Amino acid sequence: MSGCKISQTRRDVLKTVAGTAALLAPGVFLVAAPAPSKARPEDSMAQPSVRWGLLIDTNRCDQECTACVTACKDEMRLPSHGRPASDPQYIRKVELAEPKTGFTRSLPVMCQHCTNPPCADVCPTGASFKRADGIVLVDRHICIGCRYCMMACPYKARSFAHEAQTGQAPHNPRGKGCVEACTLCVHRVDAGVVPACVEACHAKGRGAMLFGDLMNPEHAITQVVAQYPTSQIRADLKTDPGIRYHGI
Amino acid sequence: MANLPDLVYQEINSKRPCFRAAVVILGLIFLIGLGAAYYMEHSGHWVTGMSNEVVWGMPHVFAVFLIVAASGALNVASIGSVFGKSVYKPLAPLSALLALALLAGGLAVLVLDLGRPDRLIVAMSHFNFKSIFAANIILYTGFFGIVLVYLWFMMDRRLKSKSSGPGTFAFIWRLVLTTGTGSIFGFLVAREAYSSAVMAPLFIAMSLSFGTALFILVMLAAYTMDRRPLGVVITERLRVLLAVFVAATAYLALLQHVTAAYWAGRVEVVDFLLFGSGFYSFHFWGVQMGIGTFFPLMLTLVPRMRSHGTLAFASFLVVIGGLAQVFIIIIGGQAWPLTLFPGYEVESSFFDGVVHGYSPSLPEILLGLGGFALALLIVALGTAILRFLPVSLADAEIDPHARKHQAETKDEEEAEPAPAA
Repeated sequence: MSGCKISQTRRDVLKTVAGTAALLAPGVFLVAAPAPSKARPEDSMAQPSVRWGLLIDTNRCDQECTACVTACKDEMRLPSHGRPASDPQYIRKVELAEPKTGFTRSLPVMCQHCTNPPCADVCPTGASFKRADGIVLVDRHICIGCRYCMMACPYKARSFAHEAQTGQAPHNPRGKGCVEACTLCVHRVDAGVVPACVEACHAKGRGAMLFGDLMNPEHAITQVVAQYPTSQIRADLKTDPGIRYHGI
Repeated sequence: MANLPDLVYQEINSKRPCFRAAVVILGLIFLIGLGAAYYMEHSGHWVTGMSNEVVWGMPHVFAVFLIVAASGALNVASIGSVFGKSVYKPLAPLSALLALALLAGGLAVLVLDLGRPDRLIVAMSHFNFKSIFAANIILYTGFFGIVLVYLWFMMDRRLKSKSSGPGTFAFIWRLVLTTGTGSIFGFLVAREAYSSAVMAPLFIAMSLSFGTALFILVMLAAYTMDRRPLGVVITERLRVLLAVFVAATAYLALLQHVTAAYWAGRVEVVDFLLFGSGFYSFHFWGVQMGIGTFFPLMLTLVPRMRSHGTLAFASFLVVIGGLAQVFIIIIGGQAWPLTLFPGYEVESSFFDGVVHGYSPSLPEILLGLGGFALALLIVALGTAILRFLPVSLADAEIDPHARKHQAETKDEEEAEPAPAA
């Protein structure tokens, strides 16, 4: 599996954080301690002491850039059948325009990995669930394909596998008739690697995405969200997403 | 009804050509529905009109209609057992049978539209008790059991006098069941067209209206096809009941939209459903309110229009209007896009910010009709095998006042001297 470590060296982390922090407040640089890069041992459970999250700096997200979307499709091997209404999209770029002021923004939207996920609340079989570390997943062994989670998700973050699947990635076993969504690249995170979208954003975009443990004070994301204003989509619904945005 | 002898119940004559033709046609429609389900399941849902935007389509319209109607079809039995209106008691077994049949038809459609219908056993063995959907699975299953017991009490001569107990329990259960079905939508907090406490009472009213309409149609069809006497005492009461339920449904439907319109954030979706979009607003005003409410009210309430024929036609219109109402709730509610960023205009490759289109496919409609056919097939076979229906529902048979009046009229005729030759 290719991918960069969450933080291979202190220098890497500082570079990443500095880049983000520089835009959050020009001239201000955060001093970040090294983030852990340990893979989760296979025989251990996800821990509630961890809360994986993403910070997306919309000031750095270019309208033309779709690196995160492309990386997700490649990583999860999501095919396009030329049917946009039923083709899966785990992450999409949304263009915002404030009609009164002309203010525009471009940002990626994916499963928001809520603390209180409505999809998991409504799922009749418990197939939609939240891992102890905050990652919301679908157990495709017990998903019956009722799509009630898609009705309940406030973020339109879920897709339904409308056709038989071929060429699936081992880490993303897709099944016709099941619901699916962004897994926050749980297979990479468990291996100590950042999600594919984050990696692509740093490699090909302007580094608008910061991944880490929102409960670990040593992680850059935790330090940034503590110092700069960030927001959650539809915070009024109290779902408490793990995905935070800066600049909207 | 102590002064009336026990009614004689008898199976429907299954040898009549019209009965056999009806069974064959219903069987064919059911088989076509099964074929449609197999096609959709085998190909995947991309062959349907459903998508990642409109995830519930025509199968859900039919399924919800049938499930809601199932609860309401038990109404006639409930009025007899729970509220002691003995004139309804002769029809209570048919009421319970129709309730079971409609629920079976609705659930069959719902299950056959699942992405993984083969995992039905998972749905029956893995329960997330926080889910209103899981609660509904228990409510539907329980409804089958409770109504079966109720039916047993009604049809067993030794237990008949004790049937009010199971009847009351079934009555309460079905109210909870319809509340649960309405709450499937009412609990969707992010969907502007749904999230409302009005959905539960609205669905209860809908169930009474749709269920009564279907009951009237089935009863009239059975008595007409089997050439059994049917008076006006029972149909007159059902006519008034239907009118009350149709009016209550229309009132709550309007209340649902008025409540939403009072909320600034929901004005747009109300405008979209009622005025803005040609398609949904046409169905709301033209089909739901016009064909499904105004005309049935006229047909049932205008005295000179009262007849079995107009009652059947009014019931048919209620069914059409009801399907339109469920269509607007389910499809219209999903067509309106989710608001992720209030105050912003949004655009994306995943259809954010745009009204979602939906074109129902033929297999979806055939599956839904197959559910209807299954329900009616169960009723037809049930009434042909067991004694669900009284041989006569002539007024004098079921109403002591009508019997007394008939006897007095007869006496007067006999007492009146014969005219001079």
